[in-house]
Amino acid sequence: MSATPATRTTFVGALPAADRRRAKARAAWRRRGVVAAFLSPWLVGVTVFFGYPLVMSVYLSFTHFDNLSAPRWIGLANYRYMFHDPMIGVAVRNSLWLMAFAVPLYVLSAFGIAVLVARVKTGSGFFRTVFYLPALAPPVAATLGFVYILNPANGPINVILAHLGIQGPLWFQSPEWSKPSLVLLGIWGIGNLFIIFLAAVLDVPKHLYESAELDGTNALQRLRYVTLPTISPVILFSIVISIIAAMQYFTQAYVAANIASGQASQAGDITVNLGFPQGSTLFYPILLYNDGFRAFAMGYASAMAVLLFIAAFAVTAIILVNSRRWVHYGGAVR
Amino acid sequence: MTTAPVTMESQAALARRKVPWTVRRRRLLLSVADHSVAIAVALMFLLPFVFIVLTSLMTARQSLSPDIWPNPIRWRNYVDVFLTAPLLRWTANTMVYCGLATLGLLLSSIPVAYALSRLRWRGRQVAFLIVLATMMLPQQVTVVPLYVMWSKLGLVGTLWPVILVTWFGDAFSIFLLRQFFLTIPQEYIDAARVDGCGEFRILTTVVLRLAKPAIAAVALFSVLYCFNDYFLPLLYVGQGDVNTWPVSIGLSQFRNLHQVQWNLTMAATLLVMLPVIVIFFLAQKVFVEGITLTGVKG
Repeated sequence: MSATPATRTTFVGALPAADRRRAKARAAWRRRGVVAAFLSPWLVGVTVFFGYPLVMSVYLSFTHFDNLSAPRWIGLANYRYMFHDPMIGVAVRNSLWLMAFAVPLYVLSAFGIAVLVARVKTGSGFFRTVFYLPALAPPVAATLGFVYILNPANGPINVILAHLGIQGPLWFQSPEWSKPSLVLLGIWGIGNLFIIFLAAVLDVPKHLYESAELDGTNALQRLRYVTLPTISPVILFSIVISIIAAMQYFTQAYVAANIASGQASQAGDITVNLGFPQGSTLFYPILLYNDGFRAFAMGYASAMAVLLFIAAFAVTAIILVNSRRWVHYGGAVR
Repeated sequence: MTTAPVTMESQAALARRKVPWTVRRRRLLLSVADHSVAIAVALMFLLPFVFIVLTSLMTARQSLSPDIWPNPIRWRNYVDVFLTAPLLRWTANTMVYCGLATLGLLLSSIPVAYALSRLRWRGRQVAFLIVLATMMLPQQVTVVPLYVMWSKLGLVGTLWPVILVTWFGDAFSIFLLRQFFLTIPQEYIDAARVDGCGEFRILTTVVLRLAKPAIAAVALFSVLYCFNDYFLPLLYVGQGDVNTWPVSIGLSQFRNLHQVQWNLTMAATLLVMLPVIVIFFLAQKVFVEGITLTGVKG
């Protein structure tokens, strides 16, 4: 505990040593009290909403539990079942697909659009708004819009493609195109990443470009050797948050499958169109939701949650450790 | 734009050196190319909005046809939407959710962010790491025990589980506020301490006044988050009574309720997008500053 300026200025010199010590101790306790008071809501929150459920998830993952009767200890059975569960393989593959293809595409397109807008001299305000706006569209609304626009029969996109003599794909109705359709939806809503990249690109010191230009570099080389290294911390940041988002990917896939399958289903029976079509949009969180809260195999869902936790932790750690090699922190940050 | 004068200056300097005609032509062509690409991509980004608006004005039969332009234009869809589904009820639910959650989030997160940025105490770094970790943690990891907890408290079937959580500090908001509080000059805080202010007074008078933009951004993000939130509301009220649904759940079930046609669905979709877009145009600056704060200073 280092003394704050306030305690140092209160008569410290004027008091006898014992009183001084007591005054200091009292002040220290007061400060601790203040800190504890400020932190208290969050301390409760972290304990009740993170600490406890984390421990509990691990415990429940070793049990059979349906939220009706008490959890029954079954050891590693839930984890062993994962190797025989055909669904979880599909879900893991789909989620990995997102991380391997969708995340790089998102980062690249956000970066590309940011560079484009940074180059444009007139109307940059207009372009900023246009590229950011879709990110605001509520995910459910955006998904509904895309399922309609990309509907294979008479959706506007396929109608236009037909006019151009192209037979449009089946989009959300086909197992090959459903994930790319979701990626299109994701790129449309790239706004947040775009704004972050734009700020970073505009922040690159002008003199770096100028000296690179004097060295006779072309625009592409300047992008590679000036822009990229300078904004590498932002690239790292966007990759990490995109990966985390990909792990939690739920709403768009769930709604798209629900609407595209066109079943007259209530929120209840998603089993009918789970991952429609043919499990191609069955992502890990959707399966977890289905197993835990529709089938009420809560022990198994907890095992899936523990696996997700380990994966999230591992992936973040790997990226952060690796990043030391390619992320370049400029002077002030370090 | 702070960069404008610099480039103009350098352009002027270059002009004095008589830029060769070929270079100038190349620059012009490049600029034309940049703008054309930007316009083309911008049109693609606007297209979905256009199609949604057009479809929302079609007749039911037309929305299933290959037509792109509505004929006749059916404004009545926007009345029918409210007759087919309890959209107003859902909006009210969402507003209660957003309001209570945002209020609780601000009240609980601001002091934590202050303690993490402007008070010195042992364990501060550890606490900040925990904030970051909880921010990164996928929701699904903790969801099973939380569901069990809320169901024991009899709150499944209401939106209270999603509201109450925010009253105990929200990691993202704490992070964002902390980043901003760190930028407040120490002199202001020292001056208040010398004047005999307690930490609480410093927070409520000095820091809150200086941090208004950041607080506005956090409040805005919270409202948007609640408005869009889907996974947890689906979990807690998705199976329950239609009247307990927020807008997000209602909209996703809209077509299933009565086999509603696409024209009405798109009208509802647009109505749900509208408030967010209006808020954006009213508070554009707050948004952009807030987002940059998350990325650049992080």
